Amino acid sequence: MSDHDDLSGPDLATSSSGVPVDVLDGDIVGPRPGDTGGQGRLPRMAAALIGVGAVAVAGLLWLLGLGLLPAVLLGYVAFLVAFPVWSLAVENRRKATDRLVTVLVWTAFALAMIPLGSLIWTVVRRGAPAISVGFLTDDLSGRALIEGTGGIAMALAGTVLVTVIAAIIAIPIGVLTAVWLVEYGKGSRLATVITFLVDVMTGIPSIVAGLFAFAFFQVVLGAPLPRLAVGGGVALALLMIPTVVRAVEEMLKLVPDDLREASYALGVPKWRTIVKVVLPTAVAGIVTGVTLAIARVAGETAPLLLIVGTAYTTNWNPFDGAVSTLPTFIYGSLNRTGGQYGAAWTDAVWGAALVLIVIVMALNVVARVIGSVFAPKTK
Amino acid sequence: MTATLDEKSTDSSLSGKRPGDAIFRGTTLAASLLVIVFLAGVAIFLAVKGAPALDAGPENLRDKANVFALVGALLFGTVLAAAIAMIIVAPLSIGLGLVISHYAPRRLAKPVGFLVDLLAAVPSVVFGLWGIFVLAPRMQPVHEFLVDWFGWIPLFAGPASGTARTLLTASIVLALMALPIVTAIMREVFSQTPRAHQEAALALGATRWEMIRMTVLPYGRSGMVAALLLGLGRALGETMAVAMVLSTTGVITSWNIVSSQNSNTVAAFIAQGYKEASPIRVAVLIFAGLALFALTFLVNFLGRAIATRGTVKG
Amino acid sequence: MAKSIDVSDVNIYYGDFLAVEGVNMTIRAKSVTAFIGPSGCGKSTVLRSLNRMHEVIPGARVEGKIVVDGQDLYAPEVDPVAVRRQVGMVFQRPNPFPTMSIYENVISGLRLNSKRMNKSTADGVVEKSLRGANLWNEVKDRLNKPGAGLSGGQQQRLCIARAIAVQPDVLLMDEPCSALDPISTSAIEDLIHELKSDYTIVIVTHNMQQAARVSDETGFFNLKATGEPGRLVEFNPTKKMFSNPDESATEAYISGRFG
Repeated sequence: MSDHDDLSGPDLATSSSGVPVDVLDGDIVGPRPGDTGGQGRLPRMAAALIGVGAVAVAGLLWLLGLGLLPAVLLGYVAFLVAFPVWSLAVENRRKATDRLVTVLVWTAFALAMIPLGSLIWTVVRRGAPAISVGFLTDDLSGRALIEGTGGIAMALAGTVLVTVIAAIIAIPIGVLTAVWLVEYGKGSRLATVITFLVDVMTGIPSIVAGLFAFAFFQVVLGAPLPRLAVGGGVALALLMIPTVVRAVEEMLKLVPDDLREASYALGVPKWRTIVKVVLPTAVAGIVTGVTLAIARVAGETAPLLLIVGTAYTTNWNPFDGAVSTLPTFIYGSLNRTGGQYGAAWTDAVWGAALVLIVIVMALNVVARVIGSVFAPKTK
Repeated sequence: MTATLDEKSTDSSLSGKRPGDAIFRGTTLAASLLVIVFLAGVAIFLAVKGAPALDAGPENLRDKANVFALVGALLFGTVLAAAIAMIIVAPLSIGLGLVISHYAPRRLAKPVGFLVDLLAAVPSVVFGLWGIFVLAPRMQPVHEFLVDWFGWIPLFAGPASGTARTLLTASIVLALMALPIVTAIMREVFSQTPRAHQEAALALGATRWEMIRMTVLPYGRSGMVAALLLGLGRALGETMAVAMVLSTTGVITSWNIVSSQNSNTVAAFIAQGYKEASPIRVAVLIFAGLALFALTFLVNFLGRAIATRGTVKG
Repeated sequence: MAKSIDVSDVNIYYGDFLAVEGVNMTIRAKSVTAFIGPSGCGKSTVLRSLNRMHEVIPGARVEGKIVVDGQDLYAPEVDPVAVRRQVGMVFQRPNPFPTMSIYENVISGLRLNSKRMNKSTADGVVEKSLRGANLWNEVKDRLNKPGAGLSGGQQQRLCIARAIAVQPDVLLMDEPCSALDPISTSAIEDLIHELKSDYTIVIVTHNMQQAARVSDETGFFNLKATGEPGRLVEFNPTKKMFSNPDESATEAYISGRFG
C-alpha cells in the first residue's frame, strides 16, 4: 500500500509508522507517483475550522442585513468552496475531489433529515396538547360538531374497523397466493403471470383502489353513492394483497429445502409439510411482513375518501352507513381550521395526526421486534 | 418393533387416497387466481363506470371541451410534479443511501437506517399537514427569491404565490414522501457491492470517492434506476400531499410552478372531488383514475424491466 | 420387518436428461449396502429413487421397477407418501426441524401424519427411538430444548431417531457423515452396525474406508464417459469388492487412481 517512489530504509520506516493508512475508511494517505501538488495532509480539525469560518461569514452577512436564508446559503457555499480549495493547496487534486464529495454527501443527508425530523417534531409538538382521555373517547356529535371540541373516538373505531376488514380479506389471499407461488407454481407459466400481476398491483395508485371499490359497490348495490366501511376494506385490501404476497414469498423462499425434504422423507404429505413445517418455520417473518402491510394501509387516506364518506359518530356496522377514519377525519376537517372555531379544529387535526402516527409507528416497531426476536434459529 | 404402534404393521398397503393435498393445492391456486380476478375487476369496473365520462359536457369537465382535454391537462400536472419531485429525490437518496452504506460510522448508520424505514411508514395525510402548516410558510420567501432572480425560467415566471401552496411546494412534499422508500432500496443496492471489488479499488490507492465511483455506482446502476422509477411511480400516484398542499382554481396547463395558478394532478383532482354527487362527475373522476392507472402501470413496468435486466446481467 | 429391495432396469431422468441408466440389483434385507463412486455418477439419485424422493424435484422421473416386499414402488396406484413411510431417509446435512424441541422432532413423523396417541405411547416411542439412535443418554434431560441446539453429530443421530420412530422397513442414508467430525462419524458408524439387525440399510458414501467398515455389500457407480449417464458398474459383497473386484474400473477407483 506504500506508494512512495523511494523505498529506501528511512523512508519506508516513515511510511509504515508515520503515515496512517485506514483501509476501511478509504482514507489512503500519502502521495502517489504522478501526483502533482502538495505532499501534506490537512489537520484533523480542518473541517471544524472552516465550519466555524463559514458560520462567521453567514453571521456577518446576516448582521449586514441579508436575509437569514441567503446568509446561511452563502455560508454553506463558502464552506463548500473553502474546504476543497484548502485541500487542493495542501494535499492534491484527487483528495480535494474526495473531500468535496464527502461534503456533498453529508449535505444530502442533512437536507433529507432536517425536513423529516421537522415533520415528526411538528406533529408531536402540535398534537400532544390536544391529546386527552376525552379526545380519545368522545365523538363529534352535538355542539362539538360545530365547535370541534369533541374527540376522535369515531375515527379510531373506523380505522380499526376498516383495517380489520382489509386484513381479513387480504391476509388469507396474500398468504395462500404466496404459498402457491413458492410451493406449487414455481417455474410455471401461470406463476410468471401471477408474479407479474402482483407487481402491477403493487403499483396501483391508492386513489385508484378507492375508485375501484366505489365503482364495484355502485354496481353491486345499485346505489348511486355507496358509503360503507366494507368498501373501504376492499379498497385497502387491494393495496395490501401485493405487499403481503411479496413479504410471505420472501420468507417462504428462506425456508431451506432440507426441511421440506426431511418432512417428505418421513412420509408427510406435501400440504401437511407446508402447514406444519414450512409455515411455522417462516412464521416470524410472515407476521412481520403482514404487520408492516397493516401499518401501511392503516394510514391510507385516498382510497377511503370516496367510499367511506364522512361520519361524526361511531358506526360499527361495516355494511351500512358512512364511517370516519383517522386519515379521512384529518383531511375532511382541514377546511374547518379557519374561522371562528378554527383553533379547536386545528388542534383536533394535529391530535388525530399524532394518534395516527403513534399507531402506525407502534405497528412498525412491533413488526420489527417480532421479526428479530421470534426468528427460528436455522443455521 | 411392533409393540407401540401396531396399526403401522397392518398398514402395509402402499395405495391410498389423500384428498388433503388436492384440496390444499386447489385452495392456494384459487387464491392466486383471485389476484387475477381482482386486477381484471379494477380495469373492468373503472372502464365501465368511467365510460359515461366520454359523453360529458363542458359543464361537468371544468369547462374543457371533452374528457381527454381535461385528463390530458391533469396528466401534464401529474408528470410535472412527479418529475420535479424526482429531480429532488435523485441526489438526496443517493447521498443518503451512501451515508448509510459507506460514510456514516456503523453506530450511526444503523439507527439512521431504522429511522428512514420508520419515515417510510408516515401516512401521507400527515405529510400533507406538515406541507400546509410548516413547509408552505417557509417556502414563501423562497418563491419570492426564485421569481426575482430566476423569473426568466418559465418554471419560475411568477408572480410568486402569497401562500406558497404551489406545485413547487407540493413537489417538495412529494419528494420527501418518496425519499425514504427510494433511499431504502439505494442503501440495499449500495451495500450489495462485492466487498472484494471495493477492497481492490482501495488497494489500488483510490480515495473513498474514487472507490465509490469505480465500484459502487457502476455495480448498482440498474438498481438505482429501478429505485428511482419505483419512486416515480409512487410520486405519480400519490394523492394526499398534492390534494392538501396545492391550492387550485380551475384545471389549467401551466409550466409555472410558483404562482397561485397551478396545474393540478390526476390523483389530487379525484381526491378534491370526493364529495361530488352527480353521477356524470363521478364518472369523470373514475375516467381520470383509469388514465392514472395506465400511466403508473407503464412506469412500473419500465422499472421492473430495468431491474430484471440488471439482475440477469449480474 | 426389514425387507429386501429388487431394482430392475431402472432409468432415472431429470427432465429430458438421463442421469442414471439400466440399474439392476438386489438389496438384501437386514444388511448394509453401500453405494460408492465419484461425484456426479448418480449414487444419490439412485438412493433417492428408492423412496420416491427423486420426483420431489420438478421434472424428475423414474422408469423401471423397484420392488419391495412384492410391491412395485412405481406402480400407478402407489402413493409416494406411503412409500416414504416405509422407506425412511437420513440426509447429508442434519436437518432437525428448527421450530421443534428434541422430543417433538422425534415424534414429528407421527405427529405430522396426525397419528393419535396418548402421552405414554408418545413417551415410549421417543425413548425407544432415541435409544435406538444411541442418543437417549445424552439428551434425556433436555428433551424440551430445541433440536437445533445439539452438536452436528447429535443432530444427525436425532434425525436417525426421527426416521426410525415411524418404523420404516428400510433406512436410506445419503452421505450421513460427510458434514461430521471423526468422533461423531464413528458414533454413527457404530449405530449403523446396531440398526442392521432391524432394518435394511442403504448408505451412500464418498469415504471408501467407511464403505469397507460398515457395509456387507457394495455397489460401485460410475459414468460411462463424461456427459454420458451414470450406471452401476459392479455390485458385490464388500469383502470381494475391496479385495478382488470383477471390474478393472472398480479396482482403479478403490485404489485411488481416479475419482
